[in-house]
Amino acid sequence: MSDNSPIAHGDAAHAEHPAYLRHHFNSVEQQADTANFAMWLFLLTEVMFFGGLFTAYLIYRNWYYPAFVAGSHQLSIPLGGFNTLLLITSSFTMAMGVWCAETRRKSGLVLCLCLTFILGLGFLGVKTVEYSEKIEKHHVPGFHYSLSSFLDPDSDAAAKAAGDKPMALDMARHTEVYFSLYFAMTGMHALHMIIGIAILGFMIVRAQAGAYTSGHVTFVENFGLYWHFVDIVWIFLFPLLYLISRH
Amino acid sequence: MSEQNEHAHHIVSPAVYAGILLALLVGTAVTVWASYIDLGEWIPLPGLVIAWNPIVALAIACTKATLVVLFFMHVKYSTKLTMLTVFSGVFMFLVLVGMTLADYISRAWGRW
Repeated sequence: MSDNSPIAHGDAAHAEHPAYLRHHFNSVEQQADTANFAMWLFLLTEVMFFGGLFTAYLIYRNWYYPAFVAGSHQLSIPLGGFNTLLLITSSFTMAMGVWCAETRRKSGLVLCLCLTFILGLGFLGVKTVEYSEKIEKHHVPGFHYSLSSFLDPDSDAAAKAAGDKPMALDMARHTEVYFSLYFAMTGMHALHMIIGIAILGFMIVRAQAGAYTSGHVTFVENFGLYWHFVDIVWIFLFPLLYLISRH
Repeated sequence: MSEQNEHAHHIVSPAVYAGILLALLVGTAVTVWASYIDLGEWIPLPGLVIAWNPIVALAIACTKATLVVLFFMHVKYSTKLTMLTVFSGVFMFLVLVGMTLADYISRAWGRW
């Protein structure tokens, strides 16, 4: 039996209704509103979670500003900008997916979900390139962290291009704080992307079976909210991490 | 018996989505462009320096986030309950960040 086929109960106590309407709701609309409200409550917990990271960022940036400038100069604006482009476009394809589900276009929905999936993977691919460069230059916080890019900027192409001056040792050490926050924030963001991409894979299979294009679109809508939230986090991460004092 | 909805489920059209996509892309380009220009700083009190560059970057980011929330996330067409939930969440977030920063800034007030 499909999730969407009507259920007729034997007793006359209540009327026929689609299988996806749970008994504790009065109507399909009320059920959809409740799911929407609940999803937003979950997203608010996510706002608070990332909010803690952003607050830590604001305070440490204010404290060790020269270290944050030098750390930021190690990031590539073309790569970060390209990733912003990928993520914003994936939000658009996801929004179009929700529209396809609402207007019951099965092949359109599968196409939109696949595009979102590919754009998400593309984002993670670029992130991998960026992370591996940080590993090679020993900019990952820990025992092997290297200060050479900051003590001797002429030895480092990115620092030289940004016109960085050699830093005092005590401030140069604090670039590790910048990179700790960089990896914590982009890492948590990437983890959200990985979870989202996994759910997208599941949804593509279900969408091909026609699961979301016969009236019950709550799952696609709520996943869309999650995906757009992850997009918003990146909209703030990009200027805060990549674009510190570039003039 | 049945709960009355504030309005029926609204389907946002692809044209609106495309317009928002365009606005977000323009916003990204403006953010990168603005970061290369020195916008100067404002010193309202001795020792308190407010640089305009991060403020402009955050203002653009907030505008982009608002567009995503209102249109991609359908809040403009949602129930009042959802609108109130989103608004109170953002407000609470700003209160928490604002109080933390106010505490941090005022600890050594006048002693710098």
